[in-house]
Amino acid sequence: MTEPVLSVRDLKVHFKTDDGLVKAVDGVSYDVGAGRTLGIVGESGSGKSVSSLTVMGLTRSRNSEISGEVIFGGHDLLTVSKDEMRDIRGNEIAMIFQDPLSSLHPFYRIGDQLVEAVRAHNKVSKAAALDKSVELLRLVGIPEPKDRVGGYPHEFSGGMRQRVMIAMALINEPKLLIADEPTTALDVTVQAQILELMLRLKGELDTSIVFITHDLGVVAEMADDIAVMYAGRIVEFGAKETIFESPQHPYTWGLLGSIAKFDSPRDEPLVPILGRPPSLINLPSGCSFHPRCPYVREAHKTVEPALEPVNGDAGHRVACLLDSGVRERIWEDLREGKRPEEARADVMAEEGAL
Amino acid sequence: MGAYIIRRLLWTVLLLWVVSGITFIVFNVLPSADPALLRAGRRAEPEILKGIRQTFGLDKPLYVQYLNYMKHVFLHFDFGRSYRNDVSVRGLIFDRLPNTLYLMAGAVVVWLGVGLSVGMISAVKRGSLLDRFSMTSALVAISAPVYWLGLVVLYLFSKDIGRFPLLPGSGSFQEATDLPTRLEGLIMPWCVLATAYAAIYARLLRANLLDVLGEDYIRTARSKGLTERRVIFRHGARSALTPIVTVLGLDVGGLVGGAILTETVFNIPGIGRLTYDAIQRADIITVQGATLFLALAVCIANLLVDLFYSVLDPRVRLS
Repeated sequence: MTEPVLSVRDLKVHFKTDDGLVKAVDGVSYDVGAGRTLGIVGESGSGKSVSSLTVMGLTRSRNSEISGEVIFGGHDLLTVSKDEMRDIRGNEIAMIFQDPLSSLHPFYRIGDQLVEAVRAHNKVSKAAALDKSVELLRLVGIPEPKDRVGGYPHEFSGGMRQRVMIAMALINEPKLLIADEPTTALDVTVQAQILELMLRLKGELDTSIVFITHDLGVVAEMADDIAVMYAGRIVEFGAKETIFESPQHPYTWGLLGSIAKFDSPRDEPLVPILGRPPSLINLPSGCSFHPRCPYVREAHKTVEPALEPVNGDAGHRVACLLDSGVRERIWEDLREGKRPEEARADVMAEEGAL
Repeated sequence: MGAYIIRRLLWTVLLLWVVSGITFIVFNVLPSADPALLRAGRRAEPEILKGIRQTFGLDKPLYVQYLNYMKHVFLHFDFGRSYRNDVSVRGLIFDRLPNTLYLMAGAVVVWLGVGLSVGMISAVKRGSLLDRFSMTSALVAISAPVYWLGLVVLYLFSKDIGRFPLLPGSGSFQEATDLPTRLEGLIMPWCVLATAYAAIYARLLRANLLDVLGEDYIRTARSKGLTERRVIFRHGARSALTPIVTVLGLDVGGLVGGAILTETVFNIPGIGRLTYDAIQRADIITVQGATLFLALAVCIANLLVDLFYSVLDPRVRLS
């Protein structure tokens, strides 16, 4: 594999609050290869947004404690000066956010906001920057961009605003684009258009993307690699096909089981993941998923799992204490449409028979 | 836009009519001193009183008095003649107006200058010693009444009676003959009048700016790689200041009340002082005139603010 564009090593982001230490991100490591898309999936509060905001240097709480390494372009972004970080931000790493309605400044024209992004990093005239802005608006599919640059954000629809945000993020041709739930606030048809746009642009511009979402359907469309996060940690990492074909973590199974499929019978109920995400202040002991895991064993409540290769495959790693053979049995059962408790009963019976 | 302004002006006329009605009722229908008696002096002969009543139309029924007054005000912009010295009330107001304008304009400059910069610094340095100190002092300043503060400042700093005679004292404005000495005489009144407002604005701007700095579009501005300075001033302050413009329009109205006290303490012959004297001497028609005039000023200030607001915030369309 070639040199990754972004390399995150053992990133920890903790916040000191009156209630205790919130471990929002607790030892996360991943690489994003050149031209590849990493999908980070997880529930709200799993640390996926915080980890990427930290990569951007936008974790601005004075009570935060950040450790680890974020290697980008040969520098550790956690140790570079504020000025260096500002040079990188919006220039080499750009970001788009969840809510395009509130992410653009309501008082300034779209054109001015784009021009500002260009001129923050390039010494060009306003006219040249405006030309560039029009070009980018055309690229992201805004009709009549020459007229629309003079418009204010409230004159654009949600989908159009997200296109503007994408144009703004891409205007300085960044090496890495972080997209933090860019389609969550949009309705489904617009969501599909934005995803299509991002796929097209990714092909044209060869930008690496970190795509954060809670929606496995979106990730299936966008990502090359997938990191599944739970309670501030990555619990499973692998190529997209691997994650969808042979997932290894009970939480990933849960996520896959809780989305509707076209080919399943209409009356087949979805299987929700029981329980609620844990408090990040008082993480459960041992495997932090154990209170919600249908396959939990007594030992899992005390032993912390490490993210380890599955069957020696370094590209597919999982943090689960179940034996790999057991995991395979359960996944086979689940694939056949058995419910988690049936799958559990099956493996327990097998083990009892031994 | 044009239609909007015309509609607002029509509303202003209606509002002034209501204000005039209320002031007329307050001063003429409710029991108050008899203007004729005041006008006549100490030894009032019945004939003299009668003569005065006739001259001012005080012998006519109230509704006739009211209609006459309205006619003069709305058709001729004439507020009547002072009961005390027979001078035109309009003339009195216009004579005093520049002094009040000096006072108010200077005070607004001081309060915006001090209030906004303190608020801005406090927000940016939130939680610092400076922030805590400014906000505590602001709380003290808000609680200090203008008349009390005026007397304290005079006691401390005026050249005649002050402990630290730095600035010209009460009455220096009235005595001054040229502009520089006049302005010097206004320094204390400006500061006194501005103090409470500066404090309120500092707290208001701090709160607004802190709110705004948590907005998504500020995060976007940072993610673009803008300097922190630009993020705060161009993106944050722009949004945080806009609501303050609205409050400013209302406060300029409220400032008139403060101006009455300040002008009295510092002996400045402005509209406030005029009103105060007129109230003391039961010169009802002057009080009415001043009230109406000030109501007009507040209406116009608010109209200007609303127009300005639509320039500041593109989402506001006037219709």
